[in-house]
Amino acid sequence: MKLLDKIFKFNGGINAETQKNISTKNSIKSLPIPSEIRLPLRQHIGKMAKLKVKVGDQVLKGELIAEADGNISAAIHAPTSGIVKSIEKLLIPHPSGLPDFCVTLIPDNNDKWIKKIPIDWKKIGIEETNKLILNSGIVGLGGAAFPSHLKLGANRNNPIKTLIINAAECEPYITCDDMLMREHGKDLVEGIDLVQSLIGAEETIIGIEDNKPEAFKIISNLIEKKPNIYIKVVPTIYPSGDAKRLIFLINGIKIPKEKRSSEYGIQMFNVATIVAIFRFIQHGEPSLSRIVTITGNIKEPQNYEVLFGTPLQYLIKDAGGQKIKNNTFIMGGPMMGFKLPSIDVSVTKTMNCVISAEPEMIQAPEEALPCIRCAKCAEACPVSLQPQELFWLSKSDQFEKAQNYNLFDCIECGCCSYVCPSNIPLVQFYRYAKSEIIAQSIATEEAGIARERNDFRILRLDREKKERAERNAQRKAENTGVDKLKLIEEKRAEISAAMDRIKNDKKLNND
Amino acid sequence: MINQQSPFIKKAPSVTWIMMLVMLALIPGILAYVFLFGIGILLNLSIAIITALIAEYLILRIRNLPIKLFITDGSAIVAASLLAISIPSIAPWWIIVIGTLFTIIVAKHLYGGLGSNLFNPAMVGYAVLLISFPAVMTKWSLPASHLLDFNLTQQIQIFMYGTKNIIDSVSSATPLDYIKTQIFLNRPFELNFTNGMPINSYFNASIIISLSFLIGGIFMWVKKIITWHLPVTFLISLTLISSIFWLIDSTRYLSPFIHLFSGGTLLCAFFIITDPVSGPTTPKGKIFFAFGVALLVYLIRVFGGYPEGVAFAVILMNICVPLIDSLTQPKVFGHE
Repeated sequence: MKLLDKIFKFNGGINAETQKNISTKNSIKSLPIPSEIRLPLRQHIGKMAKLKVKVGDQVLKGELIAEADGNISAAIHAPTSGIVKSIEKLLIPHPSGLPDFCVTLIPDNNDKWIKKIPIDWKKIGIEETNKLILNSGIVGLGGAAFPSHLKLGANRNNPIKTLIINAAECEPYITCDDMLMREHGKDLVEGIDLVQSLIGAEETIIGIEDNKPEAFKIISNLIEKKPNIYIKVVPTIYPSGDAKRLIFLINGIKIPKEKRSSEYGIQMFNVATIVAIFRFIQHGEPSLSRIVTITGNIKEPQNYEVLFGTPLQYLIKDAGGQKIKNNTFIMGGPMMGFKLPSIDVSVTKTMNCVISAEPEMIQAPEEALPCIRCAKCAEACPVSLQPQELFWLSKSDQFEKAQNYNLFDCIECGCCSYVCPSNIPLVQFYRYAKSEIIAQSIATEEAGIARERNDFRILRLDREKKERAERNAQRKAENTGVDKLKLIEEKRAEISAAMDRIKNDKKLNND
Repeated sequence: MINQQSPFIKKAPSVTWIMMLVMLALIPGILAYVFLFGIGILLNLSIAIITALIAEYLILRIRNLPIKLFITDGSAIVAASLLAISIPSIAPWWIIVIGTLFTIIVAKHLYGGLGSNLFNPAMVGYAVLLISFPAVMTKWSLPASHLLDFNLTQQIQIFMYGTKNIIDSVSSATPLDYIKTQIFLNRPFELNFTNGMPINSYFNASIIISLSFLIGGIFMWVKKIITWHLPVTFLISLTLISSIFWLIDSTRYLSPFIHLFSGGTLLCAFFIITDPVSGPTTPKGKIFFAFGVALLVYLIRVFGGYPEGVAFAVILMNICVPLIDSLTQPKVFGHE
């Protein structure tokens, strides 16, 4: 183990009150199996998982409920044994508040495992192991929920040199990673060894913010005798836990928005994801649970190790309920999280933290003044953007210019809004501009397709016309050799013959 | 918009608070003024602030904007105060009123109000007064030793009716003006800070006031209202430019020391060019802007028709701000 000292500093960031110690007083708590489990089929980035059960099926703990649909998708497993009660659209923890397909499971309280098959990855090889991980259901547990098998397999073209472990946890209030390191440090370090071998990295660097001394001590002790695992303490400046910011803090490499870290020989995993991978390989346990921080305006803020699908209300109730009743909860951190449209949702793979909203978090925002161009936002922007220009351009719908000012490099971290003296909800303006631009580009694309279709139609009509003309010309050409008069006479003869026939017919009729 | 209102936490000083700190930072300078030139400056400040608030109120009503929200932002008070400080303390009340009205109505609101004004409002007001009433605007009372001669009644008398009835010996041109005239007339000039010439007592006063503004400026820097870029670049540039000319010919050009502590140099460095609305926003842009102002200030002071060039220099550089900003965009993360 080695402690790396050199820290590269990115522009700005903010020094918010971390509010971490309110939820780290108790150890991680496990709860009895809830009376109902609701598993959304889309808990990850990518395609919705493909259903493998039907209503009334008996499932065992760890049994596949839905498998990954294609490569960019993740499987869902039964977190405990029980019976599938229903498959229907229900509320999920998403900012839209729209329902999505969920499998509801009634646990039988036996918690009976399916046969667990640990993976001897050295024997079957990395390729085969990766195929198995595809259906492990493991996704990035830091909040992004990117299917992990994609990251583990990303080294085929670019060799990975460095594995970076994201233990920064920079958002205020959230402590699930901190608590995991304190209590499951051993699993984490073994997991690091494992993942490092799986991706073929030469070294591992753990990036941790300096506000987690307990976790730091535990992890440094555990990696003391490991020569290839380094630990780097980064200053507590939000958003140091953002993947690209953390890579810069550690390695001094600035990875542009459109590039992936693997192209630079770096792969990053969150601590919880590492532990999940470790459990899958070592014990054959798919991703069934996670640690959730329940904090903020709540009687007993703490961390819970909970099964996916557990009703959020179950946790809130156990934590003693809200101190000041306002029925508002924020999922994620206070900087980038969102207000839960309903509390009637279940714990998903992305739910790292639920903050019971403090009154000041949800009070009506103070009236915004015009921008006075103080550039505090630019000083705070970790991407070195010019938020005041982007605001002006977004507000006046000058989207093309906004793109020239690199609107899409914005990571929506909220630092600019946090420091704005004029109370301008800057991030909302960028979200608006981005969605407008995306909508426009889709519209343009659709218009393009329509135009293409129309062009093709015109082309086809032209072609048909031309073909018809050609046919006519050909017929004409065939006829030019024949004597025209003869042709006319023939026709006349035909006509007179016809007339005669008619006359005869009439005669016959009259007779 | 989508139901996504993050961030849910916020910690930022309000615009009102920032403006209040700017006013606080002006206090040492104002006190020095009172001490050296009498309470005339306070009368000027009061009439300027009152005029500004009334003008602001009326315009906000006409423009149908939330009056309480905008009148409490403090920006009108700051602009009016900066104008009042720039005007000679022996100027009559109507000068202040005209200048303030122009500052608030034309320079601020006709350009769109808070956040939209292209030009520094106080400097627009000042420029209008300087062009319209050059005689009043360049005549300053004599400081310090003559303070006792100015009792309150006299101050108010000057304030009401101007200096017409007061004998000429109590007022004078500023040192920059004096020296400019001397050079223009090909007369030797002398600034000896110990002899009793009025011009020297005036210059001594100017140093004290400049240092008081410096204190206020450092206060704002500590409070993170301003960054170092503008004042430091401005002061260094002015020193360098004036040093070059002074080294070439010290009989024709004033020393950098006099340039730094004369006229509005320090007021300009910390309070005028640091106006965020009409100034550049990028760090590099601030450096270009401050250098440009320094160069123009020097050129106007030495070669131009006016004794003091701050107002015109700032206004001219304000025009360049959009260009400066667009040419000095910092490198975005990952775009190097």
